[in-house]
Amino acid sequence: MTIIDELREGVIQGQANVALEKVKKALEEGYAADVILNEGLISAMSNVGQMYEDGVVFVPEMLIAARAMDKALQILRPYLVAQGVKPVGKVAIGTVKGDLHDIGKKLVAMMLEGSGFEIIDLGIDAPPEKFVDAVQNKGADVVALSALLTTTMPNMKTVVDALKQAGVRDKVRIIIGGAPVNQAYADQIGADGYAPDASSAVRKVREMLGV
Amino acid sequence: MEIYKHLAVKDPDDLIFGHSPRPLTLPNGLVIGGGLVYPELNFTLPPMSISAETMPEIREQYRQIIESACARAVDLYVPGLVVEFELLPEMTRTPEWGAEITAILRDCLDRFAQRDGLKSALRVTPNDIREFERPPRMRSGGLWDDMIRSFELCAQAGADLLSIESTGGKEIHDDAILYADLPTVAYALGVLGARDMTFLWDMIVRVGLKNGAIPAGDTACGFANTAMVLAEIRHIPRVWAALIRVMSVARSLVAFERGAVGPGKDCAYEGPYIKAITGYPIAMEGAEAAVAHSSPIGNIAKATADLWSNESVQNVRLLGGAAPTVSLEQLAYAARLMNTATEAGPHTALMLRNLFVASDTTYDPQAYVLRPDVVIDLSREIIAEETAYGRVRRAALATAQCLRKAHHDGLCPLSPQEVNWLDRLSKQADTLPEAEEALIEQMKDQIDPEKIRQDQYGLT
Ligand code: B12
Repeated sequence: MTIIDELREGVIQGQANVALEKVKKALEEGYAADVILNEGLISAMSNVGQMYEDGVVFVPEMLIAARAMDKALQILRPYLVAQGVKPVGKVAIGTVKGDLHDIGKKLVAMMLEGSGFEIIDLGIDAPPEKFVDAVQNKGADVVALSALLTTTMPNMKTVVDALKQAGVRDKVRIIIGGAPVNQAYADQIGADGYAPDASSAVRKVREMLGV
Repeated sequence: MEIYKHLAVKDPDDLIFGHSPRPLTLPNGLVIGGGLVYPELNFTLPPMSISAETMPEIREQYRQIIESACARAVDLYVPGLVVEFELLPEMTRTPEWGAEITAILRDCLDRFAQRDGLKSALRVTPNDIREFERPPRMRSGGLWDDMIRSFELCAQAGADLLSIESTGGKEIHDDAILYADLPTVAYALGVLGARDMTFLWDMIVRVGLKNGAIPAGDTACGFANTAMVLAEIRHIPRVWAALIRVMSVARSLVAFERGAVGPGKDCAYEGPYIKAITGYPIAMEGAEAAVAHSSPIGNIAKATADLWSNESVQNVRLLGGAAPTVSLEQLAYAARLMNTATEAGPHTALMLRNLFVASDTTYDPQAYVLRPDVVIDLSREIIAEETAYGRVRRAALATAQCLRKAHHDGLCPLSPQEVNWLDRLSKQADTLPEAEEALIEQMKDQIDPEKIRQDQYGLT
């Protein structure tokens, strides 16, 4: 087993301390930061994601693995920056105004992060201005909107309109999700796409950005 | 304040639909838990936004819903009807809106009572809007004031029964579910939730007394139903959701210790425990609540219900009429069957109850923990402790053991992944300290002050 294999195993098992130690060791051994990221961390998370899709593990195992990855990333980040490695894309995600449901949104954010995206989490009950700000000032490539209430679905359209009004609609891709919405609704409000769950959200966002 | 030390229902055969040891009689003579099961109808708006501009249309929506539902209730000879109006958050934040809708519903129910002799009760459930501020202020501030005013205005506008789906402790509970972190769940329910319920329910009971409305009950919806839905979509193990359900009993019980008298709230699937412990009547939901969400307890929930509910249905058009009207019809027939069994005699009623029970219990541990004999056994364990935390801890230990045995005996077979998780969770339960203070101390370094203000729970 190489140190990268050990790192991958540590993340899959959700052992944050092991992951941390292995990243340090891999750096000492001279592995490039992007190799550690892609072959160690991201590969581990996609492994866990697959086990989840196959019904072998539940979300807790996945989250605990993500937490381990996060710890390891904290060490790795300065090296990635120094090496000039960029995230595959930046996603601003939030639950729309009036809506406090955030479990689904959190899972989508976690899966995207595990796939190498940078996440700007705008939280819950997020007003349209926050999304506009994320695109104008924080470099978001994708706006991801979540709504769980039929009475807050219309606020997704408000965000789309606000992005248009601010003149940045063409700069971003918009993806929506949440139990009451569907592809037809995405089309109706002028979003670029919809995904029914966290793993298909990752596929959809990749497809949208062509990465 | 009443501390429950003895079970109100001791014999599992007495834990049955339609009957509760402490039935509730409303001023109009409707008796809940006195022998008959009544439908409890819930409904909500179709996709639309809620604002001053849309209020005229919203009023019209509710007017149509209630008119049509009452007419169908009369057509179907329901012996009594309970209607729940669960506010949408905007209607609690602008308490006048919630009160206006309450008045519309009241007016219609009164007309049908006079004209057609339809006996009914109106339950109104304002939202726990405190969580709109993060971290929430639990005992003061603008949101708290609006919430109280919502209770007052709705009571004055004609609510018979007051309920809430309170959320104290939830700030840290959602993550604890997702990380399968049992000590944090125990802390959220037994320490934070129970403290918040004490404060909140003293207020609701006061408002009720002052305005002539009955303080009915609360629910672990934000806790145990969140877990149930997550288990349903295979996000978390089912045994975890079952454990959380039984652990939540101690928290929901606090409302009754502070003066709530039922009927318990429909989405409180911990209701059978509440009924066994307090003797007050309960509302339940299951198969006919599939209009709102899926559940693994469609039939067994009927076994102990005094009111039978649909949770929530959007006012959309179906071939058979408006969805709430259709939903009422389904509830009415389900209740009619139960009442017919009761009329046929205790033996028949028990047989029907046992069929409801048997048809669900082997499929899911969440159904298993609602088996009347299991409910009585675990309730006895729970009330052997005197504090809410002690009860939550005991519930976790006893339920883990009970599920292990059920799996072993083939009464509730679990998959290997589930068994593995039952072991992991059970080990976590074993680490729970006996003394509440010890848990509070243990949690101190783990609590994120950006998520929760402990001082809002009387903790420093
Ligand atoms: C948990 C829950 C709550 C919790 C929320 C906890 C939290 N921190 O999020 C609490 C108790 C606080 C709550 C409150 C309320 N709730 Co609620 N809640 C639920 C419940 C049971 C589960 C939601 C959930 O977490 N599901 C699990 C997650 C993982 O699934 P998900 O959110 O669908 O997300 C997945 C996909 O949709 C997708 N996805 C989600 N977001 C996004 C975003 C993008 C970009 C993409 C691509 C994909 C995507 O991927 C996710 C992962 O697979 C649902 C029932 C249901 N059937 O959904 C009701 C439900 C949504 N709630 C409902 C209601 C009515 C309310 C309240 C108004 C209740 C009240 N009277 O107080 C309040 C509203 C508060 C507010 N203003 O938002 C109704 C909505 C009905 C309606 N009219 O629309 C529901 C449907 C329950 C019901 N049947 O009546 N609720």
